[in-house]
Amino acid sequence: MQTDITDMEQLSQEDRERLALTGLEVGMQNRCGSFFQIDQNVIQTTCGAEGIEMLPIKAALEKYDWVKDYYWNAVPRDKDKYTQYLAKQEDPQGLVVIAHEGTKVAMPLQACLFLREEPVQHVHNLFIAREGSEINIISGCASSWQKEHGAHIGVTEIYVGKGAKVTSTMIHNWNPGISVFPRSATIIEEDGTFLSNYVCMQPVNRINMYPTARLVGKHAVARFSSIVVATPGSTLDLGSRAILGAEHTSAELVTRAITTGGTIISRGHILGEKDDTRGHIECRGLILKDGIIHAIPEIEGTLTGTELSHEAAVGKIARHEIEYLMTRGLSEEEATATIIRGFLDVKISGLPAVLQEQIDAAIDKAESGF
Amino acid sequence: MLDISDLHVSVDDTEVLHDINLHIGQGETHVLMGPNGSGKSTLLKAVMGFGGYTITSGSIVFKGKDITGMPIHERAHLGIGMMFQHPPAISGLKLGKLLTATSNLGGDAIEALAQSVNMEHFLARDTNVGFSGGEIKRSEILQLKVQQPDFVMLDEPESGVDLENMNLMGKEIAGLLEKDVHIVNRRRSGLIITHTGYILDYLEADQGHVLIDGQIRCHGNPREILRVVKEKGYGECLRCKQI
Repeated sequence: MQTDITDMEQLSQEDRERLALTGLEVGMQNRCGSFFQIDQNVIQTTCGAEGIEMLPIKAALEKYDWVKDYYWNAVPRDKDKYTQYLAKQEDPQGLVVIAHEGTKVAMPLQACLFLREEPVQHVHNLFIAREGSEINIISGCASSWQKEHGAHIGVTEIYVGKGAKVTSTMIHNWNPGISVFPRSATIIEEDGTFLSNYVCMQPVNRINMYPTARLVGKHAVARFSSIVVATPGSTLDLGSRAILGAEHTSAELVTRAITTGGTIISRGHILGEKDDTRGHIECRGLILKDGIIHAIPEIEGTLTGTELSHEAAVGKIARHEIEYLMTRGLSEEEATATIIRGFLDVKISGLPAVLQEQIDAAIDKAESGF
Repeated sequence: MLDISDLHVSVDDTEVLHDINLHIGQGETHVLMGPNGSGKSTLLKAVMGFGGYTITSGSIVFKGKDITGMPIHERAHLGIGMMFQHPPAISGLKLGKLLTATSNLGGDAIEALAQSVNMEHFLARDTNVGFSGGEIKRSEILQLKVQQPDFVMLDEPESGVDLENMNLMGKEIAGLLEKDVHIVNRRRSGLIITHTGYILDYLEADQGHVLIDGQIRCHGNPREILRVVKEKGYGECLRCKQI
């Protein structure tokens, strides 16, 4: 089914507000490039930054012969039924971002994937940061306020070249009837840095994802930060994995999880298989109302030269912390909200201010629901 | 300012404070002494209104208002403040943010107050997380300077503080209690728990009380009580009749 929308400006006010919460800027004031896909239709691809290209995936595969080397490379086609479903699509949609050698752009590129009318949205994205480049990508995924049921299946393959840096911030804003199956993987070469931030604080039926970073070059760094809230009826099965496959690589997986009645399974896995590697998993969960937070941190080392650790804590807000703030004049509700806000304040080093603002806005929006 | 009458307080169904009577007038500073575990901190927490400290009988009246069943933050709004001995560390909550959230002061005013207690570099740090003993006390003092309570309770302000910080602390506490204001015009009152009495090197206290086994055993001149305790221990007070 073809959508009748040909421009972001034609979206209803409600939908534009939902998209704004995922970081989409319709006016593009603080964005250097934008990609917008509604269901299976690419509505917009613009990019004003020199050295950066944003292309629909079909156009990218046609334009550059070498892009095919990145297509279904980090993520195998036959990984599971979702990748198989995507692999057999004759008309793949999605976004390719190419940051050419040495291009550094501080202002984020935005990619917006909007599920509006069709039952299933599928996308295949490639983010390719070539040697010495630096890019920030903010991916907002949302469904229309009137969309009751549906599924989003997305493959994202990220390639961080030698000395390159990719910051990928994904904000989800679905509806209670939507199921979401992202399948993503990142390959990081020597001296490359990959920062992944994920925020999901609105109701959803089910999210299932376990992105993997393979650190294949010396001194590569990966950091995953996730901030998630499970409302009643939501099941979030999330995790991230880092494979320290070269010397002097390091990874950190940080999760803040809150349940107000839903289920969160917070997985994490770091494999240290080369010398001078370090990894740490940190998961902190707050149970505000009876629900499930199940933290499964796994650390696996195969030689003496790897140092891996994890810490996980699940519980309620400490009463004496609330009372401490009350002695300074905050009501119980204000004290609780202030502590939750602090709990969610994951320090993400190197995150551009504009991305941090987006994350803060998502937290502020969710906070009113606590 | 504060009238505690026939107060009985239980913790976990065990009575910890028995029949406490205490009157603190406007502008007065009182000192509370007593052995470890005698119930001094419990008394402060009961006055502040903490959960887990059940008032089984008696009353607490502040500025003429019965606050016995009032929530903590309403007591704070009425003008009661407290300096914690062991405040909780709250990760993610910046000290500066806490101060803006709990006051109407602007950023510049808070910055100036922070500078006055050498805490300007801590505003961007998580509240009490990884703070040293002296830093915790300075953080508490800063919060109270922002809050400006009419009645301030201090739980062992000297503990864990080095000499240099003690000097600063002593002066700041004297400031909170308006010791620079003439006795006739002084409005602020205080109740200070002290083991060592060092705080008395920085400010005059009007009354001293000794709490033993949940009972106030004697009232009197704070320096005199301190001298007797230093010389003879609390045994002397045990022999005092219960007041």
